Amino acid sequence: MTGMRKLGMVQALNEALDVALTVDRSVFALGEDIQEPGGGGFGVHKGLGTKHGAGRVRLTPISEQAIMGAAIGAAISGMRPVAEIMLMNFVHVCMDQLVNHAAKLRYMSGGRTPVPLTVRTTTGAGGGFGAQHSDMLEAQLVHAPGLKVVVPSNPADAKGLLLSCVFDDDPCVFVEMSGLYFAGKAEVPDGDYRVPLGKAALVREGSDVTVLTYGRQVVDSLAVADTVAADGISVEVVDLRTLQPLDTATVLASAGKTKRAVVVHEAVRRNGFGAELAATIHAELFGELAAPVARVAAPNVPVPYAKSLEQAYIPSQGQIEAAIRRQVA
Amino acid sequence: MDLFRTATRIKTFDEKYRSLMTSGAIGGMYYSPRGQEFAAASVGRQLRRDDYVVTTYRGLHDQIAKGVPLRELWAEYLGKVAGTCHGKGGPMHVTAPDHGLMVTTGVVGSGLPIAGGLGLSALLRGTDQVTVVNFGDGASNIGAFHEALNLASVWRLPVIFVCQNNLYAEYTPLREGTSVDSIATRAAAYSMPGITVDGNDPVALYQEAGDAIARARAGDGPTVLEALTFRFCGHIMGDQQVYMPKEELAAAIDADPLPRFRARLLAGNLATEAELAAIEDAAAAEVADAWEFASNAELPDVAELETDVYGEGVAA
Repeated sequence: MTGMRKLGMVQALNEALDVALTVDRSVFALGEDIQEPGGGGFGVHKGLGTKHGAGRVRLTPISEQAIMGAAIGAAISGMRPVAEIMLMNFVHVCMDQLVNHAAKLRYMSGGRTPVPLTVRTTTGAGGGFGAQHSDMLEAQLVHAPGLKVVVPSNPADAKGLLLSCVFDDDPCVFVEMSGLYFAGKAEVPDGDYRVPLGKAALVREGSDVTVLTYGRQVVDSLAVADTVAADGISVEVVDLRTLQPLDTATVLASAGKTKRAVVVHEAVRRNGFGAELAATIHAELFGELAAPVARVAAPNVPVPYAKSLEQAYIPSQGQIEAAIRRQVA
Repeated sequence: MDLFRTATRIKTFDEKYRSLMTSGAIGGMYYSPRGQEFAAASVGRQLRRDDYVVTTYRGLHDQIAKGVPLRELWAEYLGKVAGTCHGKGGPMHVTAPDHGLMVTTGVVGSGLPIAGGLGLSALLRGTDQVTVVNFGDGASNIGAFHEALNLASVWRLPVIFVCQNNLYAEYTPLREGTSVDSIATRAAAYSMPGITVDGNDPVALYQEAGDAIARARAGDGPTVLEALTFRFCGHIMGDQQVYMPKEELAAAIDADPLPRFRARLLAGNLATEAELAAIEDAAAAEVADAWEFASNAELPDVAELETDVYGEGVAA
């Protein structure tokens, strides 16, 4: 019934916001610089202020606590705010609002005040933005009961997952990796297209080793899977898409099938989301695995500025390939 | 008389609660609002049921003044399933949306940005609801205060920022940690009215709160309303108040606003002794009933531990 169009991730996100603002009057967007003509730091809101008005696409001062508080207060009183925190490191500025309040108000009120808000935020290393504009902080957020955490890897998922977040009744943090913003176009369904939260995508079937990943590292992992296929290594790639709720069933089914798993993420290794995945797989499949779960992640350092160091920081296709080959050796 | 009734209900609840803590019948922690009753009663009297209130861990008076029934309130203070939050919030997180009590926070200053959101919500939904957020003098030194006031001013939000200035931020006198003598003066930096009123003068506070609420309801934006008051029992139950000169506390208790207002009602022939005594008797009976109800109520079943973390269908 609906068609498809080739869109980049920024356009896909823009379309998701446009659909949400169109189909439900309780949806509104707020954030720094999101009004015309720029439509936000990365242009995700471009055109929306003109179409939906400054009342529903609200420009805020640089006040992360006030932005998050405004979203929370509105969410507990009948609205569905979509707040932009320009960069993920700035989430730390409003961590009290997000973790002590957004995440907990449903529980603390015995279910009386659900908090249906969405926080969109951008991050990722590789752009030369240094230590305070590049961090992947998803593990910190997954550690806060009450929050949902989503990291899309392609334009169609970006649209479908964002719409699901906006219409979900829990606070969702939607992490956009800036390296994917302009990583090319892909087919995106028209209209109110939704991808359910908590469902991983099996993006490549394989039989020798499972790669569990999300965000930009899905792209890298698929490229590596092509490379090692030439040597007869069959790699299954699972795009987790949603870290909380986690699609544990798909994770265990895949790791149980291949008996070997590699977790890949850009965040630092220590206490990263990969640690939780590894622990879950080891606990459930201990006797069946052919090798311990391997982790490919950034070293335990802040994101460096110098190009040479930044490239060494980001988990490379070479590191992913080496980890896969060690698993099957 | 209504102000006297609400303040008496607050005072009676508080005194009974503290006596039960002292006797060991109730454990846990408690932040008494004794002395600050009218800061809540006078503002609360100006609010509609569908208006919003946000308060803090020292929130019993605000919760009662917003109309939360004493039974459910006391049950929540004891963590019982019959409480406003099924026992999951406790005194620091009482929430009763049916009565407009939207958030009780345990973090100083954090209620102010959320109040902005409640105000914004009313604007976007096109209602004339107003939001009152209560906080202490100490909260005015936190960044969230300044961000919230700025945004409320820029967006002309229907929010009344009620600073219940009890002159102590936890265990530190106001003057030792605050750059201004009056919190209301900070409103000028955010281009909104800042009004200081004797929070122990119920009628004056009632009138000022009425003006601020009327402005907000009419779309004329936010106000900082500073009610000068005093807490008689320190920061937390058991606080020996060693940081406070004994004479200062004695003078404050000597000026206890409740007996003073009682005498004022009698002297002005606004109430008879029998009417006031009847209010006090009714409050005592209501509080005794609430305590009995709460103490006999059940604790939540352990099956409740992992519910209400997420919406339907999502496991904790």
